[in-house]
Amino acid sequence: MIVDGSEVSLKKFLSDLPPVDQVGAEARASMLATRSIKTTSKAWAIDMAISMVDLTTLEGADSAGKVKALCAKAVRPDPTDLTVPSVGAICVYNDMVKIARTELDAIGGGDVAVAAVATAFPSGRATLTVKKLDTQDAIDAGANEIDMVIDRGAFLSGHLGEVFDQIKVIKELCGNKAHLKVILETGELVTYDNVRKASYLAMLAGADFIKTSTGKVAPAATAPVVLVMLEAVRDYFALTGTRIGVKPAGGIRTTKDAIKQLVLVNETAGSEWLKPSLFRIGASALLNDLLMQRMKLRTGHYASANYVTMD
Amino acid sequence: MSRLDINKTYKLFIAGAFPRSESGRVYEIKGAYKKFIANPAMASRKDLRDAVVAAKAAQSGWANATAFNRGQILYRIAEIMQGRSEQFVDEICALEGVSNKAAKTQVDEAIDTWVWYSGWCDKLSSVTGSLNPVSGPFYNFTTPEPLGVVAVFAESKPSLLGAVRTLAPVLAGGNTAVLIASESYPLPVITLSEALATSDLPAGVVNILTGKTAELAPWVGSHMEIDGVDVAGLSKKQEEELKLVGADNLKRVFRFTPSNHPERILGFMEQKTVWHPIGL
Repeated sequence: MIVDGSEVSLKKFLSDLPPVDQVGAEARASMLATRSIKTTSKAWAIDMAISMVDLTTLEGADSAGKVKALCAKAVRPDPTDLTVPSVGAICVYNDMVKIARTELDAIGGGDVAVAAVATAFPSGRATLTVKKLDTQDAIDAGANEIDMVIDRGAFLSGHLGEVFDQIKVIKELCGNKAHLKVILETGELVTYDNVRKASYLAMLAGADFIKTSTGKVAPAATAPVVLVMLEAVRDYFALTGTRIGVKPAGGIRTTKDAIKQLVLVNETAGSEWLKPSLFRIGASALLNDLLMQRMKLRTGHYASANYVTMD
Repeated sequence: MSRLDINKTYKLFIAGAFPRSESGRVYEIKGAYKKFIANPAMASRKDLRDAVVAAKAAQSGWANATAFNRGQILYRIAEIMQGRSEQFVDEICALEGVSNKAAKTQVDEAIDTWVWYSGWCDKLSSVTGSLNPVSGPFYNFTTPEPLGVVAVFAESKPSLLGAVRTLAPVLAGGNTAVLIASESYPLPVITLSEALATSDLPAGVVNILTGKTAELAPWVGSHMEIDGVDVAGLSKKQEEELKLVGADNLKRVFRFTPSNHPERILGFMEQKTVWHPIGL
């Protein structure tokens, strides 16, 4: 154990982390964004990105019908082309988990996971009792993955032990039944140093994945933030031998954005992370753009949004 | 002491901005008497792609603006062009080698064309739409609706008038446009883009590319997001090739007689019929 569970040892470990070189991180992220990925590499990257998408709908207006439609899209993103892989997961609110799981199983999407946003998503402002019930409810409904939010208020006020304990409790609830993704909401953490600290805190507390944002706060998954988090999982692997996944979410809308993320992964954490079990992209509009780019590669013609679904 | 010339960098017009070609290429154009005139940007297929993305994004806003408002904006283009008419005249003289008087006539005609089509905007549905008698308790009416994104290959000569009379009807109907300027006479069209940029026209409604027609035409033809093409500036052979690759998405391809006519607007519109129960 790197930390013994006491707040003192946790604080000591996190404050000993080297600070992030802000200018360096931003320069490196923007330099990696200029890589040009073409032809066969692009085709590979598009399919990889599709299989990494956590197809997300987190709106107050979500209905069973919309979730079912999204399930169909998750399993067969392009019904006219069976070579398109299924997406990684469907990401929904708790009450839609059962509907999504049943629908996916019914249409041959057993491999597609259902991720539930729990613990008073997106603000995280609820008592631990409610957060536990929220999580248990999602697991009981058949969620394979739990996307929990951290208590940013507590984190920013320095109550690191409280944040740590909450993640730990939720992790225990998940057990072997569900993967735990911890949402840092980097848009509210203000500095890259905080992003690095929160990443380590989440990993030490037992996160299987660290996720940038809820998608409800801007800025969301900016390239430097993802870079800092990828460095954190890489260093954590060197320290412990455990590979933690990363999930950028929010603001990734085009194929170009997605491929830039893959370049970041490959150049920072390494090619080991280039698989859906260790890297996911939380998105909704992105999938259509990936499909259109795929059509362009296949047919040689620029594609039209009239040929993909409106979600 | 003589003053240094301030030579202009001729750029593209995409999404309301004036970018250089993504490819970084330019080409040389010579005017009458083989005199060097300028190095406009040579647009690539990726510039075309960007232009179509901009046009698509602007389409619903432009189509949903009231017809009266569209008419006002087209009229405003005429106003702005009037203020820059000297610049248009100079460019037409240098490029086409015509007399000052002939160039002036062309500019006036181009400006009048905007006014003519601006008047059509809010009359189109009354003139070409209809209330249809049906045997049932329904209102049944037919109104024209824009297709979407239309690509326009401007006529070479007259350079300004040729561009305006292909472009204006496309806008009047509520379509957004990607205008590919004539390869040899693009300057007045580039200046037109500056007039458009300052005339309340929302960004992306018109996007203007300069470059090699033969290079861009096949990409225009095969682009699934382009719904119609005015091939005024293409040869018969280029038109046939474009139609062939454009068949996949049932692209509407037209070549009109060089005059102003509401058919030019209606070519890029679809008649939509709506049934509505009486009494509700």
